[in-house]
Amino acid sequence: MSEIRFTIDGKACLAERGQTIVEAAKANGVYIPVLCNYEALKPVGSCRICTVRVAGRYMASCTQPVTEGMAVENTAPDLEDMRKSLIEMLFVEGNHFCPSCEKSGNCELQALGYRYKMMVPRFPYLWPGRALLAGSPLLMLERNRCVQCLRCVRGITSKAGRKVFAAVERGPHVTIEIDPKLAAKLSEEEARRAMDICPVGAILRKEKGFALPIGQRKFDHTPIGSDIEKGTGR
Amino acid sequence: MTTEKDIVLKHPKDPAALLDVIRDVQSRFGQVSDEAVGRIAAHLKLSEAEVRGAVTFYHFFSLSPRGASTVYLNDSITSRMAGRTAVAQAFEQEAGCRFGEVSADGTVGLFPTSCIGMNDQEPSAIVDGVVFTALTPDKARAIVRGLRAGTPARDQVASFGDGANQSDLVRAMVVNNIRRRGPVLFGAHESGAGLRKAVSMTPEKVIDEIKRASLLGRGGAGFPTGLKWEFCRREAADRRFVVCNADEGEPGTFKDRVILTELPALLFEGMAIAGYAIGAKTGVLYLRSEYAYLRAHLESVLAGMRRQGLLGKKAAGAAGFDFDIVVKSGAGAYICGEESALLESAEGKRGEPRDRPPFPVQTGYLNQPTTVNNVETLATAARIMAEGAAWFKALGTTQSAGTKLLSVSGDCSRPGVYEIEYGLPIADLLDMAGGAGAKAVQVGGPSGSCVAPAGFGRKIDFSDLATGGSVIVFGPDRDIFEVVSNFMEFFVDESCGWCVPCRAGNVLLKKKFEKVARGLGTASDLRDLEDWGRLVKSTSRCGLGQTSPNPILTTLKSFPELYAAKIRTGEEFVPEFNLEEAVQDGCAAAHREPECKESLDE
Ligand SMILES: Cc1cc2nc3c(=O)[nH]c(=O)nc-3n(C[C@H](O)[C@H](O)[C@H](O)COP(=O)(O)O)c2cc1C
Ligand code: SF4
Ligand code: FES
Repeated sequence: MSEIRFTIDGKACLAERGQTIVEAAKANGVYIPVLCNYEALKPVGSCRICTVRVAGRYMASCTQPVTEGMAVENTAPDLEDMRKSLIEMLFVEGNHFCPSCEKSGNCELQALGYRYKMMVPRFPYLWPGRALLAGSPLLMLERNRCVQCLRCVRGITSKAGRKVFAAVERGPHVTIEIDPKLAAKLSEEEARRAMDICPVGAILRKEKGFALPIGQRKFDHTPIGSDIEKGTGR
Repeated sequence: MTTEKDIVLKHPKDPAALLDVIRDVQSRFGQVSDEAVGRIAAHLKLSEAEVRGAVTFYHFFSLSPRGASTVYLNDSITSRMAGRTAVAQAFEQEAGCRFGEVSADGTVGLFPTSCIGMNDQEPSAIVDGVVFTALTPDKARAIVRGLRAGTPARDQVASFGDGANQSDLVRAMVVNNIRRRGPVLFGAHESGAGLRKAVSMTPEKVIDEIKRASLLGRGGAGFPTGLKWEFCRREAADRRFVVCNADEGEPGTFKDRVILTELPALLFEGMAIAGYAIGAKTGVLYLRSEYAYLRAHLESVLAGMRRQGLLGKKAAGAAGFDFDIVVKSGAGAYICGEESALLESAEGKRGEPRDRPPFPVQTGYLNQPTTVNNVETLATAARIMAEGAAWFKALGTTQSAGTKLLSVSGDCSRPGVYEIEYGLPIADLLDMAGGAGAKAVQVGGPSGSCVAPAGFGRKIDFSDLATGGSVIVFGPDRDIFEVVSNFMEFFVDESCGWCVPCRAGNVLLKKKFEKVARGLGTASDLRDLEDWGRLVKSTSRCGLGQTSPNPILTTLKSFPELYAAKIRTGEEFVPEFNLEEAVQDGCAAAHREPECKESLDE
C-alpha cells in the first residue's frame, strides 16, 4: 500500500503513510546510518547520526515521517562529514578500546567507524571517568562504552512496566543506571535481550562475552549497511 | 515529627506526582535519601532508577544533603560583573566550605545556579526559597551568621521592594525597576474587559482577531499566536490545554517576573481567552522554581478572579465556558523553558524535550492538544482583545506589530524593564538605559547575538534582532572572552544531555574556545570553532543545541579583531598540551622540580 512519493538524493522512492524516512529508505534499498534507532522501539533521536537534509533543513530521519514530495538529501559530502563528526564525537566522549572489547565485531559504533573510514577523531579525547556497575547478578554495565542511545531504557522493563534502566544526571554527566532491585530479578532471556539491544559493549551478560569468537561476528562479514544496500536487509 | 513516609503517602499514587513528591521531600529534609527514593518508587510504582533519574535532572533536587539551609548563588555573567566573586568568597569564608559543598556542621550548603531572573539587581541568591538581591560580601556573611543563629532566611529580609513585592503574600526585597511603561502591557486596563469581549464572540472570531493583530510569540521563537491557537482548536480531542510558559530561564530575562508580580490578572485573563479560543477547560501556569516566592500571590489573584466570576464555572458569565488555572512548579532547569521539555516536566518527568512532530498543538500536555505560550504573549493577547487588532497593529513595525517588554541589565545606569515599540534601534535603547560607551550588547541572551558598536543601528524586531527580552550591556572594559566563556559554561550545564551534538559538542566547543582564549590558538582553531559550531547547530535535537554555539559564532563575526589578536600567526598548530602542567602532580608527589624547568617554559 504505497501512497507517498518522495526522493532520496534524486532517486524516486515510495513510502507508506506514517513511515519514518529511515524506514522508508530501507524499504527502497537506501541505507541511512542509524545508531540509537532500534526496530520495534519508539525512536528517540538521540545520536543524530541519521541526520538528513530536506529543503535546507536538517532533521533526524529516524523520527521524521515521510511526506509527499519530500526531497531528502542523504549522501551530500557535507552531510556525510557531519555524521562522521558525530561518530568521532562519540569516540572521544566515552572510553572506547575496541581491541579489548567483548562486543568487537558486533558493535554498531565500531562498524560505523569503519564505514566512515574514521582514522583519528578530529576532537580531543575527553577521557571521562565512568564507574562500571557490576552489582546485578547476570549483567555488567560498562559505562565507559555507553553511547546513551536509550535503547535499554526503552526496551527493558519489568513485568509491571517499570524501567530497569534509566538515565540519571543531565548534560555531559548523563549516564545510564540499572535498577538494582529489578536487575536482580531479570531472567536469563531478559539479560540476553538487554545485551543484544545495546549497540556497543556497555551491557554485557556476565561470563558470556566471547561466546562467539572475534572474526566470526556480524560486522566481520557484513559491513554495516551493506545488507540494505544489496537489498538483502530484513 | 513528619517522616519521609508521611510526606510520600500524602501524594496520590500517580507517577505524574513524582516531581511534587520529590519537591516536598527535598524541601523538608534537604535531600532525597536512598530510603526516600525507595519509598517514592514503591508508592508511585516506578523503578528506583527512574526516581533517581528525576532527582538528578533538576538543580534544586539532590540525592546527597544540601544542608539545613541552602544558598544558591546566581552564576550569570551579570552577577559576575556586579561583584559575585567577592560575595562568593564571603559566603565561603563564613560558611567554612566551598561552593558545591555543605559546611561541616551541616547548617549551610553553598551551590551555584544559573540566572535566577534578577539580572537588574545582582549579585543575587536564593536562600531557602527566599530571594536576596544586590548582595555584598558583608550581607553574605550576615546571612550565614543569621542562619547559624537560627534566624530563618525569610526573617532576614529587612526591607521590601516596590509594588506587589511589598504585599503580605510576597514580602520580597526584589524591585520591579519598571523604567518605561508602554501602551500595551502597561496601558490602562479594566480587569476582565478583554475576556468579556472574547466570550461575546465565537472562538473562531477571537482567533481571527489575534491573527489580524499579527501577534507573534514573545518567548523567543516568534510563532504566530493566532495560527497556533487555530491549529490547536482544529485537532479533534475531548480535552485541550492552555499552558503558560513562565520558566523565564534565558540569562538576562526578567520581564516575565515583573508581569507575574504586577500584572498577573492580565496574564490569567489572557490564558482564559486562549482557553476560550481553543476550547480548553484548564490552564496550567508552569512557574520556574526561582519564582516560587510569587506563588502565594498568584494563587490569591486566581482566587480573586474566581470570586469575580472571571474564572471557574461559566467564566466571564459565558454559558458552557468553564475555565480554571492551576500552577505547576519547575525545579531548576533552563531546558524546561523549551515547550516540549516543559510539558514533560509538568507531567512529573525529567525535563527532556520531545521529538517533533507531533507538535504540542497536536499532542501536548497529557498527550492532548495544547497551546504553549509565553507569559507576555498571553498578557498581550488580553490587551488585544480589549483594544482591538487595529489599535495593536498601529504600534511597532509592519512585520513586528506591537510592543516588546525588554529586560535590560549589565553596564548601564538604568537597568530594568522597558516596554518599547518594535523597530527600536539598539543605540536608542542604550540612550534610554544609560549605557553610553558600550563595547557590546547581547541581544536575546546567550542564545541570541552579541552586537558590536558597528551594529548599534540594528533594530529590535523579528526581522533583525529578535529577542525573548534579554538585553545585556557590556561596558568598554569588559572582556568579551570572559562573557563567551560564561555563556558556553551555561549551555554545557543546561544541556539536557539527550542528544550527542549538544551533550558532547558544547563541551568540545568550550574547550576549543578556551584554548583560543588562553592564547594557544591558531587560524585552524578558529576554523574548527566555526565548523563545530555549525555542526552542533545543524544536528542538535532542540532549540538549545541549535543556538548554543551562538556566543562563539556571533562574536567571531562581530569581533574578528579580538580573535585575530588572540591567535598565533605563522604557526600551523599549537598544542593544547602543557608539559609543565602535566607533570605537576608527579612533581608534587616527588617533592622536586624538573631540572630542565627553564627549557619547558616558553
Ligand atoms: C532552550 C529553550 C529555552 C526556552 N525558554 C523559554 C522560556 O523560558 N520562556 C518562554 O516563553 N519560551 C521559552 N522557549 C521557547 C518555547 O519553546 C516556546 O517557543 C514558547 O514558549 C512559545 O510561546 P510563544 O509562542 O508565546 O512565544 C525556550 C526555547 C528553548 C529552545
Ligand atoms: S539539543 Fe539535545 S541535548 Fe541539547 S537540550 Fe536539546 S535535546 Fe537536550
Ligand atoms: S538513529 Fe536517528 S537520531 Fe540516532
